[in-house]
Amino acid sequence: MRTYVLRRLAQSALTLLGVSVLVFVILRVLPGDPARMLLPDGAPESAVAELNRQLGLREPFVVQYGLFLGSVARGDFGQSFQYRAPALRVVLERLPATVHLTLAAMLITIAAGVPLGIFTAVRRGTRYDVAGTIVSVIGQSLPNFWLGIMLILLFGVALRWLPTSGFASWTSLVLPAVTLAAFPTALVARLTRSSMLEILNRDYIRTGRAKGLAERSVVYRHALRNAAIPVLTVIGLQIGALLGGAVITESIFAWPGMGKLIVDAIFFRDFPVVQTVLILSATVFVVINLAVDLLYTVIDPRIRYL
Amino acid sequence: MVPRGTRRHPAMAIGGCLLGLVVVASLFAPALTIYDPLKPSFSQRLVPPWGLGGTSAHLLGTDNLGRDILSRLLYGGRISLALAMSAVAIAALVGVVVGLVASWGGAKSDAVIMRVADVQLAFPVIMLAIAIVAVVGTNPLALVGVLALSGWVLYARTIRAHVLTLKQLDYIEAAATLGASDARVILRHVLPNTVAPILVIGSSQFATMVLLESGLSFLGMGIQAPRASWGLMLAEGRDYLSNAWWLATAPGLMIALVVLGANLLGDGLRDLLDPTLRNLES
Repeated sequence: MRTYVLRRLAQSALTLLGVSVLVFVILRVLPGDPARMLLPDGAPESAVAELNRQLGLREPFVVQYGLFLGSVARGDFGQSFQYRAPALRVVLERLPATVHLTLAAMLITIAAGVPLGIFTAVRRGTRYDVAGTIVSVIGQSLPNFWLGIMLILLFGVALRWLPTSGFASWTSLVLPAVTLAAFPTALVARLTRSSMLEILNRDYIRTGRAKGLAERSVVYRHALRNAAIPVLTVIGLQIGALLGGAVITESIFAWPGMGKLIVDAIFFRDFPVVQTVLILSATVFVVINLAVDLLYTVIDPRIRYL
Repeated sequence: MVPRGTRRHPAMAIGGCLLGLVVVASLFAPALTIYDPLKPSFSQRLVPPWGLGGTSAHLLGTDNLGRDILSRLLYGGRISLALAMSAVAIAALVGVVVGLVASWGGAKSDAVIMRVADVQLAFPVIMLAIAIVAVVGTNPLALVGVLALSGWVLYARTIRAHVLTLKQLDYIEAAATLGASDARVILRHVLPNTVAPILVIGSSQFATMVLLESGLSFLGMGIQAPRASWGLMLAEGRDYLSNAWWLATAPGLMIALVVLGANLLGDGLRDLLDPTLRNLES
């Protein structure tokens, strides 16, 4: 158990190191003249020369990377020139809005996807199963930017029931959260269904039924608990997808989170903010997946001895 | 195999037909429409679709510059589909080679490759894509590169796992014992056995690529105006939601149809080619 935890910790640290290398390559090696890119348009030559010196851009890449890693480790991600403030602070200010949105979407995903999956698995082969499966296949195929626009058209423009942009009250959370949740809900529903079907075929389920357990107890206590493991993995991996989906969803609904921030930052060529969002979201992803992996050992005792 | 497959998997047949129809229609765009997808025609601005106040001259209506929406959809499909197809091909090629190296090249290269894959997966694809596009520019080549970059990991991981299992099998060991070179064993005995997972991943990934490309174009970081791309058309239609809903509706439906087709095809192929899943899902 302890070696497993330590190994997973080391792996996560290594992944984060790799994340910093990739961000470094994208923002410092790919562009020909990073100092000019990291400064606002029309910055004086003296400022370019100063940043070149400060970031060590005349040094070999290895030295540059060392300096980059050092400043990132100190929490110094550079100055956002769009907001004239430290980039990290700018991003952290937008983090809560994104967390609200992704949590709401995650809640919808679990609250709708898992029951739909169980429902269709238990009624396998009936028309409910067919209907549920069609709904989830379609849910997986709708582009979220289109779904968002259609929801705005219906509930904002035609019915005028819900606000379609900004972050005013909880009602403004509804449309973006539903938009963001559509894909993962469909995915989780399908996965829960196939996972449940597999478990419901097992011998111990037949034994449970044979000894007269209530169907409710068979499904929820014996089958669901075992079917939950692959579902949990996917939900963990979906955090990354949700953060990515938030980029588009936030742009459509003018939601003041990290996703909209990075899109705006790219149009303003505010690269310090871009690099902060990239590193921060990758870190969130790595940490959550580490937590999910460690959570397994609690849910599934068999994993403890790996 | 195909007729039996289509009978047992009607969803796959529907998916294949949907996808095939859109591909053929895009391919023959010049024969199917008389309108130039790029040339504005200001006297024909915002004409509604046929049957909803418009005429049969413009079946799906016209956009804010008076361009025929159907012809923009068809010509846009050429770009979107070609980008997605090339990206899938490159991702598959790179991923398969990397997966083979990981599974065949010893523990060290395996560990390195799998950590690189972890790093790649840690980034939300679209964030990585917009950052790269912002740095290198929005030309179609860069787009294909970014899309392919997002896709190779899936093949590499699957092929690696697949080959690690294959390697244990007697016939692979027998071929090696009989003196077959590594290259021969891989090309003659291993690769043919990985075709099934590659096809399955490829067709569902095609859906992901179409979504990603149109997402990027929607954000203004993919195909640039005045060229037609489904995502770009959707973004342009956004400003006309209250008075010309069809601008944003048509391209979205097109994307959804293609993605649905590719997903159904992928699911069907998986059921057909992977017997372990076939019993479960049928």
